[in-house]
Amino acid sequence: MAKELLKGNQAFAEACLRAGCRFFSGYPITPQSDILEYLCWRMDEVGGQCVQTESELAGINMVFGAAAAGARALTTTSGPGFSLKQEGISYLCASDVPAVIADVMRIGAGLGDIFMGQGDYWQLTRGGGHGDYRTIVLAPASCQEMADFGYMAFDLAEKYRHPVIVASDANIGQMMEGVELPEMKEHDPDTFDWAIRPRQEGEKQRVIWNRFWDIGEKEYPDYLRAKYAQMEEEEQRWEEVMTDDAEIVIVAYGISSRVAKSAIIRAREEGIKLGMIRPVTLWPYPKKAFEKLGPQVKAFLDIEMNILGQMTDDVVLASGNKLPVEFYGEYWSVIDENKIIERVKEMLKKY
Amino acid sequence: MEFKIPHDIDMTQQASWCPGCGHGIICHAIAQAAEELGVSDRIVTVDDVACGQFAQYALKYNSIMGAHGRVVATAAGVKRARPDALVISHPGDGSAYSIGIESTLYCALRNENILTIVVNNSVFGMTGGQMSPTSLVGMKTATSPFGRDPKKNGTPVDITKLLAGTEMAYLARCAVNTPANVEKTKNAIKKALTKQMNGEGFCLVEVLSPCPTNWGMTPEQACEYVKTTQSVAFPLGEYIDREGEAK
Repeated sequence: MAKELLKGNQAFAEACLRAGCRFFSGYPITPQSDILEYLCWRMDEVGGQCVQTESELAGINMVFGAAAAGARALTTTSGPGFSLKQEGISYLCASDVPAVIADVMRIGAGLGDIFMGQGDYWQLTRGGGHGDYRTIVLAPASCQEMADFGYMAFDLAEKYRHPVIVASDANIGQMMEGVELPEMKEHDPDTFDWAIRPRQEGEKQRVIWNRFWDIGEKEYPDYLRAKYAQMEEEEQRWEEVMTDDAEIVIVAYGISSRVAKSAIIRAREEGIKLGMIRPVTLWPYPKKAFEKLGPQVKAFLDIEMNILGQMTDDVVLASGNKLPVEFYGEYWSVIDENKIIERVKEMLKKY
Repeated sequence: MEFKIPHDIDMTQQASWCPGCGHGIICHAIAQAAEELGVSDRIVTVDDVACGQFAQYALKYNSIMGAHGRVVATAAGVKRARPDALVISHPGDGSAYSIGIESTLYCALRNENILTIVVNNSVFGMTGGQMSPTSLVGMKTATSPFGRDPKKNGTPVDITKLLAGTEMAYLARCAVNTPANVEKTKNAIKKALTKQMNGEGFCLVEVLSPCPTNWGMTPEQACEYVKTTQSVAFPLGEYIDREGEAK
């Protein structure tokens, strides 16, 4: 199939439609707004529903209703709006309702700013709202992956009856690349035996609420632990770049991993044994990738576009706290290839 | 007079409302309205948390327990995903007029084709009788121990005034303190469901509902309070009725 030149946000929106998503509700916020703008005309063409809501709260809670009714439903946002959606995401998790949420990340706490950033890692991977929950988080690093992951996210969400978050950033969302789009699918809201539709005479009542009411409060903890264990076992995704002989292993996702790849190519030309683990799922974290590493690895360099190195703890945990983990971060700008190489050279002297 | 339990009332589960509460009467009115219209197999409800959530034990319909203050938006999501369903959202006055007022207002502005039944008991019931958007001036509650003071607490929400400027399909205020008023409540619900079937848009039926526990009254006194005080501040009647204008 021919490739089309698309913005990451557009590729994501189109792929979600092609996955059978016929319900979107969201609110304008940079750098996510192109998704809303695209779906405001495109959803009409495919006979779906697109609502520009009064708030992020309404956006996620309309998705809750549509998804509970069996539709493939989507809402998208960025940093501050993602915070507002957390209560709704907690409800989706508590009620076992599959839906897809995209967070096109920007920088900083509070308003922060609209520039490219990876400011929401903690919120994305720890369950940003109240109660015991986490979500599967997919981190695309190209416009093609924006399409691929949007398309896949609905299948994953339904496999677990659980929301899936696609976490990109201003760079991936706004840049344009050639994208091969997936085939158009239709989704039947009556696919599931749990989805809310009017009850017919003789049918058992269906209720979407905290699942412990269905499962029993004594059985629910085991049910929930098993659900998360299965996700951790089956859904870890990552990309390895020249890790076989790497002495320093970069850990980076999204746009940071793109810059890191260029740095690896240049470093290799200078004879530096540099490699990378790129988490594709931010949760479940790809611990298996770290388990595969050989004894030649001397240290890790975590690279992210935020100030505090939000992923560093996960690198320490995944690597068993046996090797040094350093952090290089940028704020207000993208990762600098030259700075990576300088930093790696320093690390090789130290370790 | 023959009293018959409507078919859609679930007698196998227990809804734990206090004696004299209006919630059960409102569920009865919903079930009766659906049955008389012959649409029992088309109803989906979205209940708010707190006292209203027991409706899913009282009624046989498939339902969603939404987040507090978000059930009107959630119901709109259900309707857009399942346009053939008759969708009823079921918040209290705290949910619909305080924390969730933005969605109540915007669902009216967008004329979302759903019915919202707001149970107005002038307090936050489940949390212990705190002041709500519809607590009357002078009313003593857990958080207005000396009586609601407009200077300190603001004035009560009269939804008929707030939504008066919208193009919504139907807005009525009823009560369940007397048999005659219960009949009117059922008829308002029937009218609203008929409008939803005709695609006319957003309908809101507010129901004044006694809360003897938090009002510190007997059930009889609470019904009398609805008549002498609550419905004086919030007069009953039909405020908007577009009478069949298609959306």
